[in-house]
Amino acid sequence: MPRLLRTTTFRVALLYLCLFLGSVGVVLGVVYRSTAGFVERELNDAIAEDVGALRDRFERYGLSGLVDEVRHRSADPHTNSFYLVATPAGVLLAGNLSGWPSATPDDQGWLHFKVSETGGPAGNPATAQAVVFALPGNLRLLVGRDMTELDLVAKQIIGSLGWIAAVVAALGVSGGVLLSRSVLTRIEGINRTTRRIMDGDLSERVARSCNGDEIDRLAGNLNAMLDRIEALMAGMRQVTENIAHDLRTPLSRLRSRIELVLLHPEEDAEAYRAALQDALVEADRLLATFKALLSIAQVEAHAQRDDFRPVDLAAMAESAAELYEPLAEEKGLAFAVEIRARPSVAGNAQLLAQAVANLLDNAVKYTPEGGRVVLSVEAEGPEARVTIADSGPGIPADMREAVRQRFVRLDAARATPGNGLGLSLVEAVARLHRAQLRLEDNAPGLRASLVLPTGA
Amino acid sequence: MTPMKVLVIEDDRTAAAYLAKGLKEAGHVVDVANDGREGLFLAGSEHYDVMVVDRMLPGRDGLSLVEVLRAAGNDTPVLFLSALGSVEDRVKGLRSGGDDYLTKPFAFSELLARIEVLARRRSAAQPQTKLAVGDLEMDLLTRTVTRAGREIDLLPREFTLLEYLMRNAGSVVTRTMMLENVWDYHFDPQTNVIDVHIARLRQKIDRDFPTPLIHTVRGAGYSLRAAG
Repeated sequence: MPRLLRTTTFRVALLYLCLFLGSVGVVLGVVYRSTAGFVERELNDAIAEDVGALRDRFERYGLSGLVDEVRHRSADPHTNSFYLVATPAGVLLAGNLSGWPSATPDDQGWLHFKVSETGGPAGNPATAQAVVFALPGNLRLLVGRDMTELDLVAKQIIGSLGWIAAVVAALGVSGGVLLSRSVLTRIEGINRTTRRIMDGDLSERVARSCNGDEIDRLAGNLNAMLDRIEALMAGMRQVTENIAHDLRTPLSRLRSRIELVLLHPEEDAEAYRAALQDALVEADRLLATFKALLSIAQVEAHAQRDDFRPVDLAAMAESAAELYEPLAEEKGLAFAVEIRARPSVAGNAQLLAQAVANLLDNAVKYTPEGGRVVLSVEAEGPEARVTIADSGPGIPADMREAVRQRFVRLDAARATPGNGLGLSLVEAVARLHRAQLRLEDNAPGLRASLVLPTGA
Repeated sequence: MTPMKVLVIEDDRTAAAYLAKGLKEAGHVVDVANDGREGLFLAGSEHYDVMVVDRMLPGRDGLSLVEVLRAAGNDTPVLFLSALGSVEDRVKGLRSGGDDYLTKPFAFSELLARIEVLARRRSAAQPQTKLAVGDLEMDLLTRTVTRAGREIDLLPREFTLLEYLMRNAGSVVTRTMMLENVWDYHFDPQTNVIDVHIARLRQKIDRDFPTPLIHTVRGAGYSLRAAG
C-alpha cells in the first residue's frame, strides 16, 4: 500500500477526488438551502400571518375577542400551531400550551423550545418555534408552530446528503485505487519482464493489452527493441561460434601438420622444408580469413558516412570487369559488360569496388565452363543498380538470407576455395551505403544486384 | 640490386630484429631504432635510401616523426607499417608524407619488394617519355609498345600494367603492389586474378621471342628484367 501512495496515478486520483468532493459539497449545500430553508421561510410567513390576524382581532373586538379566537383555534386537535395569551402578571388567559416557555428569544426574536416542557396539544415531545408579541395593556401573545416535521425533513435531507457524500467519497477512493492499481499492475508487469530479461532470458516479451494506449505503445516499443537486440545477439553468437569453428579447423590442421613432421626426426631437410611451406600456406589462409573478418567488422563499425564521395558506378564496374575478364576467359566463360547508364552515387569507392569484385569473384568461381557472366549497370528513378548475373548453380531460395552471414557456405560450394566471408562483406558494404544486396534466381544461375540510392 | 641502407624504426624488438635479419640477408645495410626519438636522431644524422616506420611508436608516433622529417627537407622514401588497415588510416599515412603503407601482418617478401621499389623510385625521378627494358620499348606519348621493332597490341589496362613493370624493371613487384598501382585497389580479391593478367601479358610480349622478360619470383611476385 505505501507504494500505491507513492504512485503518480494515485496522487492524481486523490487530487481529483478532493476537487470532486469539494464541488459535490457546494452542490449539496445549495440543495439544502433551497429545500429546508424554503420550508422554514414558509413557516415564518405563516406565523407572521397568524400574528397579523390575531392582532387584528384584538384591535377590533378587544381582549375577549382575542381570547375567544385563541381558544377556538386551540380547540382544533389537529392543529400544528401554538397560541398563548398571558396577562402582565403571567396569568394564562387562553392557549394550547400549559405554561409560558422558559426559553429566551434569539437575536431575531424567535423562541425555540420543547413542547413537552410546556405541554402541547397532542402532548407530543415536539420542538416548536414561536414569536412573542406584546399587545396594548402589557398583554403578551405567543404564536408558534410545531417544528417536528421541519426538523424531520431537515434531518432527512442532512442524512441523505451525508450518505451521498459518503458514497461519492468511497467511489472516488476505490476508483482511484483501482485505476492506479491497474496502471501500476501493468507497469509492474513491464518491470518484472525487464528484470527477467536482465537475468538473461532475452526471449521474454512484455505482455500487451489490446486497447492500444500509451502503455501498450511503450510495451510495443520495448518489444521491438528487444527483437532487435535479440537478433543482434543471435547474430553475434552465431558469428562467434562460426569464427571458433572456422578458425579452429585450419589451426588444428596446421598444428597436426607441424606435429607430424616433428614426430619423425629422421626426416630429411627437404621434407621439413615442404612441411614449413605447407604451414606457411595455411597461416596465410588464416591471416586472409582474419583480414576479411576485420574488414567486415570495420565496415560495420564505420557508421559515419562523412568520407563518402561521388562514385562513377559505370567506371568502377568497368575497372572491376577488366580485372576479372581474363580469369573468366581462362575458365571458358562468356563474359559481357553492359553499361546502360552512368549513374553517380555517394559512397566509398574502395568498398564499392571490393563488393563488386567479390560478386564477380563468386560468379566466375561458381559458374562451370561454357557458362556466362554478365555485369551490368543501370539507373532507374532514384536507384542505381550493379548486377552480376551468372549461369552457375545459383543459390536455393531458402538459403538466400543465410549466405549473407559470416562463414555460411552452401554445401555444394565447400569443395571450392573460399572462406564464406565474401557475401558478408558485400552485405556490410551495402548496408553502409543504405543499399540493398538482392540475390535472385537468374534461371539458371544467380543474379546478384547492388541497388544503391542515387539521391536523385 | 645494389645494396641499400635502410633505417627500421619499430618498437617491437622481435619484429625489428626479424626485419633487420631479413634485410641483411637480402644484402642490405640496416640500422634499427626502437623509439621515435632515436629514430628521428638517426634519420637526421645519417643518409638512408629508405626508412621503414611503424605508425605507433612510444615517444613520438610514426606519423608526426615523418611530418617533422619532411618539414626539415628530408625526402628519404618512407614505408609505414601499421596494424591499422582501413582506407582512412592509409590515406592519413600517405598524407603525412609516407610513400607507401603496409598493414601488419605482412609477408617479408612483400616488404622487401616495396622498399626496393621505393629506393629506386627516387633515383629515377625525372619525367620520362620512353621506357626501355632490353629490346622492349614503350613510348608513353604515342602509347605504343614494340619488342625488337615489332609492334605489340595491348589493351589499355595491359599497357598500364606493363608500364608499371617497366618503371620498376629489375625489382620484384608483388601482386598486391600491382593491384594498388594499376587498379588502385587496396584490398585483396579472393581469387588470385593478377596471375592471369601476367599470363596474358606474357603471351603478348614473351611468347614469340627467345628470351623471356617477365620472370616469376617464387613466393613474392614478378620481375621484369632483360637477360643478363
